[in-house]
Amino acid sequence: MFLYFLTLVLMVMGLYCLIAKKNIVKKIIGIVIMEYSINLFLILIGYKKDGIAPILLKNVSVEELTSRGVDPLPQALVLTSIVIGLGTLALMVAICLRIYEKYKTFDMSKINKLKG
Amino acid sequence: MGIILLILIAIMIIGSIVAIETKNLLSSVISCGVVGFCLSIVFLMLGAPDIAITQVVVEILILVILIRATITTDNTAIEGARDTFPYVSSLIFFGLFLIFSWFALQELPRFGEPLMRVSREYLKTGAAKTGATNIVTSVLLDFRGYDTVGEATVLFTSIIGAFVILRRKGRKEKSEADSEKFGILEDDDIKDSFEGF
Repeated sequence: MFLYFLTLVLMVMGLYCLIAKKNIVKKIIGIVIMEYSINLFLILIGYKKDGIAPILLKNVSVEELTSRGVDPLPQALVLTSIVIGLGTLALMVAICLRIYEKYKTFDMSKINKLKG
Repeated sequence: MGIILLILIAIMIIGSIVAIETKNLLSSVISCGVVGFCLSIVFLMLGAPDIAITQVVVEILILVILIRATITTDNTAIEGARDTFPYVSSLIFFGLFLIFSWFALQELPRFGEPLMRVSREYLKTGAAKTGATNIVTSVLLDFRGYDTVGEATVLFTSIIGAFVILRRKGRKEKSEADSEKFGILEDDDIKDSFEGF
């Protein structure tokens, strides 16, 4: 239970970085940290005590895998989520570099050409 | 086991504090890398070797991309008057969020005792049905194949978006200089080329 709470603390810190920091690269780092914490939370939920990895090795029978193996479903979905995180990070950094080219700064408060 | 996990997650939290609060952008990126590699070790301990491998590879790529964003740019610290409103409002919100999440987490299954209603079936019949000894792979590519197709679509879209944003030149207006450059012949050019015969 305490481990779950610690991952949520990590997520809140990423959210704080996303909201309160002015530097765009810091905001991206905040998003990355949130991503890490959510992935960790999902994997922690699927863990079984004294569990083995869900791989059918030579010395593991199907019955033993069924009774002792950890949950494979969140693992498959988190695998998807990690790779998607990389793609979105590439998109964010591309936008960030374009903004830097135009304004010569990463400061959010100076990027105000479209301010109403 | 539990204590080692606790220590690793504490290291992750310390690394993220350093990443958030340090002034230099490059050291902030490196601290973010500390968080990612600790996460990979935690995955390895929780019985998820596939995800640990993927996390290491993706973490290296994330570091390369973020260092590309910081190393050629002006990474001096941003100074200036701080607004108090985002700090105060976010601190109040996060306190409330953590209090409520503490009560919500009591309702979840305890750590080490997952529900596994669907996945017990996967573990029991996955190897016989799909022929894959790695059950994660059989879930990813067989039982939930449409999810993987969607993932490939999202990845493709985001990479196309990054490519379009980073591209130097868009399509040019057609003008005199362009037609000469691209080899489109004007009337005079055609005349000149026929004079040779």
